[in-house]
Amino acid sequence: MMLITRILVGGILAGMFSVAQAAGLTIEITKGSQTAVPIAIVPFAQQGSIGNVKLSDVISSDLGGSGFFKALPEDDMLTKPSEPERVNFKDWQVLGQDYMAIGQVAGNGGSYNIQFHLFNVHNGQLLMGYRLTAGANELRRAAHHISDLIYEKLTGRKGAFNTRIAYVTSVRRGNGKQFMLQVADADGYNPRTIAESPEPIMAPAWSPDGSKIAYVSFHTKRSEIWVQTLATGQRESVSSYPGINGAPAFSPDGSRLAITLSKDGSPDVYVLNLGSRSLTRLTSGLSIDTEPTWSPDGSSILFTSDQGGKPQLYLMPASGGKASRVTFQGDYNARGRFSADGRSLAMVTGSGGGYKIAVMDMASRTVNVLTEGNLDESPSFAPNGSMVLFAANRGGRSALSVVSTDGAMQQKLAFESGEVREPAWAP
Amino acid sequence: MRFNKTYLALAMTAILVTTGCSSTEEEGLADSTQGTDASTSGLADGSMSGSQFGSGNGSSFGSGSGANLGPEFSDPSNPLSKQVIYFEIDSSQVKQEYVPVVAAHARYLASHPNQHVILSGHADERGSSEYNIALGEQRSKSVERMMRSQGVTASQLEVVSYGEEKPVVSGHDESAWQQNRRVEVGYQ
Repeated sequence: MMLITRILVGGILAGMFSVAQAAGLTIEITKGSQTAVPIAIVPFAQQGSIGNVKLSDVISSDLGGSGFFKALPEDDMLTKPSEPERVNFKDWQVLGQDYMAIGQVAGNGGSYNIQFHLFNVHNGQLLMGYRLTAGANELRRAAHHISDLIYEKLTGRKGAFNTRIAYVTSVRRGNGKQFMLQVADADGYNPRTIAESPEPIMAPAWSPDGSKIAYVSFHTKRSEIWVQTLATGQRESVSSYPGINGAPAFSPDGSRLAITLSKDGSPDVYVLNLGSRSLTRLTSGLSIDTEPTWSPDGSSILFTSDQGGKPQLYLMPASGGKASRVTFQGDYNARGRFSADGRSLAMVTGSGGGYKIAVMDMASRTVNVLTEGNLDESPSFAPNGSMVLFAANRGGRSALSVVSTDGAMQQKLAFESGEVREPAWAP
Repeated sequence: MRFNKTYLALAMTAILVTTGCSSTEEEGLADSTQGTDASTSGLADGSMSGSQFGSGNGSSFGSGSGANLGPEFSDPSNPLSKQVIYFEIDSSQVKQEYVPVVAAHARYLASHPNQHVILSGHADERGSSEYNIALGEQRSKSVERMMRSQGVTASQLEVVSYGEEKPVVSGHDESAWQQNRRVEVGYQ
């Protein structure tokens, strides 16, 4: 058993490298924010070999992509200091910058020492100075960590750059397709395949502690829900009833899955206790009831239902009871996901034939449509609620995009080949 | 350019990015940005394993494969030659023009009680994928109901929905979508 696991891991790792190489991922900002704060991330001074990761590029891309900041292109910089004593703030004031960061990175065989300083350009005040150590292959994560620190310092909100996403990608293989469930950094780099199959894989959902992913696989030519532990690769089938086994969503305490089953007729929402494997049926009737998700406090379950004729979102007590309709605008509202604080609800909204991502403010119930696509799907909030990740079809291919919650900023994570769908942002 | 003493204190602060084999330290400094501890979110490099699912029984997906069917199935004037039933947008109702097709398959199955079929339901790519799984299943169940009412036994029929996951046409316009909203009658 151990041996098999190891061989599998080796195989996956080998496969991974080719994916990483072939992926040629690019991040393209498709819509910029007018009110973004100008910030300059000066290229870090380098000592020793640090490979091909350029920290300042990663940090600039993170911050620029957040919608809160506009990162100064390196070519526009008049000087490129790396030590605090060398900074002439006038150089940065004339470039209209509000903040700037400088740093150094030194590779000493296997690990890296990084330090950086963040300044207010207007008064020269040092806002932050940090020293970090990163292991081999961890430079990108270190850069994301620095982005998180700068973001939190300047916005007062926690950053979400050093987080992960899961998604399903598919590539043509022979006459068919190969589906791969992958986990990557939030910017799409470092993809790792955690499951693959010639039959569809769908609906990855993270456990609240980020250690497991539940997903649907059709590799037996029927739908089945699996729960896989990321660290070990160990997986277990938890639902293989006749008909649909779909749309898993972990309860906030991680002990249960809300799922969709059609074993009793039409698709209905059930709660599966992962310990006892007991099932509780929450919805009934002839309508389609699917895509359940939990409110962050675990008290309610939101789901898509066509009980009113068209798909709309409904909310009901997680213990069962009466469902109340949540969406009234437009003739198609589906696949809801709450922000971690429960104040916002992202959904797919359809009108006039197009499907876009919208966010509802739960207090006022006002809906803000964030995207302009026609085939946008699968919204998922960043853990800090600042961005929504979704799948968009642009130019005939499905790719991942990120939009700021106010809709001002949008960027695309583009893989060179294959379709990328069903993203889920890790908690 | 102005540096005060807090700078030195700030510069002393050390945070270690805790991924994989490195560890975190943080010295002094009451900075509001306490270390976001990357290791709590698990999954350090190299610690993740993957799984590969096999290709099952290897029978190719689609209609007609894997079964020895008579010449009537390839005669274009015979409704049995049609093994795909198409649907309107957001609808699981079998259209009038496909009623004779379903009826022909039902008659064949009723007179061949050992013959099995898989009714696989599909949706176009628009809207959310799990809702489309539900829609695809309702389409295949519509066909199943019609067949059952015409004497086909439950054990002869199996229903599966692939939603929008297996389009036959990969375009992104109505002409592609209408070919993807379908139920395939797959003789086993």
